[in-house]
Amino acid sequence: MGLIGQSRIKSPWVLHFDCGSCNGCDIEILAALTPKFDAERFGIINIGDPKQADILVVTGPMNLRNFRVLKTLYEQMPDPKAVMAVGSCGCTGGIFFNCPNVLGGIDKAIPVDVYVPGCAARPEQIIDGFVLALKKLAEKSSEGGTKK
Amino acid sequence: MLEALAPYALPIIFIILSPVIGGLLMGVDRKITARMQSRIGPPLVQPFYDVMKLWGKKPFITNIFQPILAFGYMGFAFLALALVAFGMDMLIILFTVAIADICLVGAGYSSKSPFSYFGARRELLVIIAYEPLLFLTAICIYLVSGSFLLSQLFLLGLPLAMLLPGVYLTMALVLLAELKKSPYDVSASAHAHQELVRGVYTEFSGYSMALVELGHWGKAVLMLSFLALFWANNLVLGSALAFVFFFATIVIDNSYPRLTWQKMIRTFWIAGFALILLNLAGLIIIGVI
Repeated sequence: MGLIGQSRIKSPWVLHFDCGSCNGCDIEILAALTPKFDAERFGIINIGDPKQADILVVTGPMNLRNFRVLKTLYEQMPDPKAVMAVGSCGCTGGIFFNCPNVLGGIDKAIPVDVYVPGCAARPEQIIDGFVLALKKLAEKSSEGGTKK
Repeated sequence: MLEALAPYALPIIFIILSPVIGGLLMGVDRKITARMQSRIGPPLVQPFYDVMKLWGKKPFITNIFQPILAFGYMGFAFLALALVAFGMDMLIILFTVAIADICLVGAGYSSKSPFSYFGARRELLVIIAYEPLLFLTAICIYLVSGSFLLSQLFLLGLPLAMLLPGVYLTMALVLLAELKKSPYDVSASAHAHQELVRGVYTEFSGYSMALVELGHWGKAVLMLSFLALFWANNLVLGSALAFVFFFATIVIDNSYPRLTWQKMIRTFWIAGFALILLNLAGLIIIGVI
């Protein structure tokens, strides 16, 4: 792995998207970024821009209104990228499974690399998920993600 | 041959090292910010990781102008730095920095994204706020030293900061805006503040974002070397004081929220013009000019 591959693992910028979650998981994700858990020591920054992000973190059950937004955000992120589904709803649809307007887990619309279950997922679990996502990112970049 | 090149050695070493200094400054900034929020913070070399990662990402270019202008931003910022290192004309340096800023604004306007459009508009407002003060600074330096050349500052008997304390403080104020720090980060701010997505940076991605980041480092080093040149006779003290001002901007960034653009221009112009005019009045009273 070259210098760029190393840097990729050291500086994952996160895009956080809420697919209609109850905000439980969102609060935990933000908790992971606050002083107590301090995800920035791994270089993780919550960036608001899909064009500069490396990891897409999605919470909540995907529904008929927002799955297009999710797809657009995914397409706007340049390669190499990883997707992380946080919380029971993001993984499978959770308690909203089979509701008429809910499509289920976000893996129905975009490929998911890491699933972080829990209702709500804990900050420690979310940081663990980031570590797994970084491994995926490293694998992807060694598969020729550096090609321009 | 080598003796002839000797006077150029120091400036050239400074220019070559300036991206490293700029990156480390940003790293120190993030580390101190983290410590102020009682976090551990990222490693000191984190900005280098960020730039290298951005460089390696697949480019996502909205139009051909954007990377060209991003390169222009970086290029003109470092060109201005080179001119400072060789002690060139203050006016030419200010024009070069202005071109670098205009490149960033142009890159913001080149995309159809409303966020980038808004960011570019706000970047123009920031330029309107600090540019008159920078030019007044150049004029004050001319009045005191009789030349726009920065190399003339070394021939002055007194350090410039003794003669122009008001102008010195105004430059410290401009440093806040140039580094895109709160309360003057209306166009775009460094990491972890989100408003209007990423302001003027919204449409940059991959290597063009890396170029913009490099240009930002260049401008940071440029402003700090300006501050250091106010103590041209004693550059060690000047650099130390420049770092004190850099630390002060980090403290201010962490303790003040962002201002609206109206308040930004008002505070900038009232504080800046008052400081500079008081300074000039004082100089006239004691009979220096």
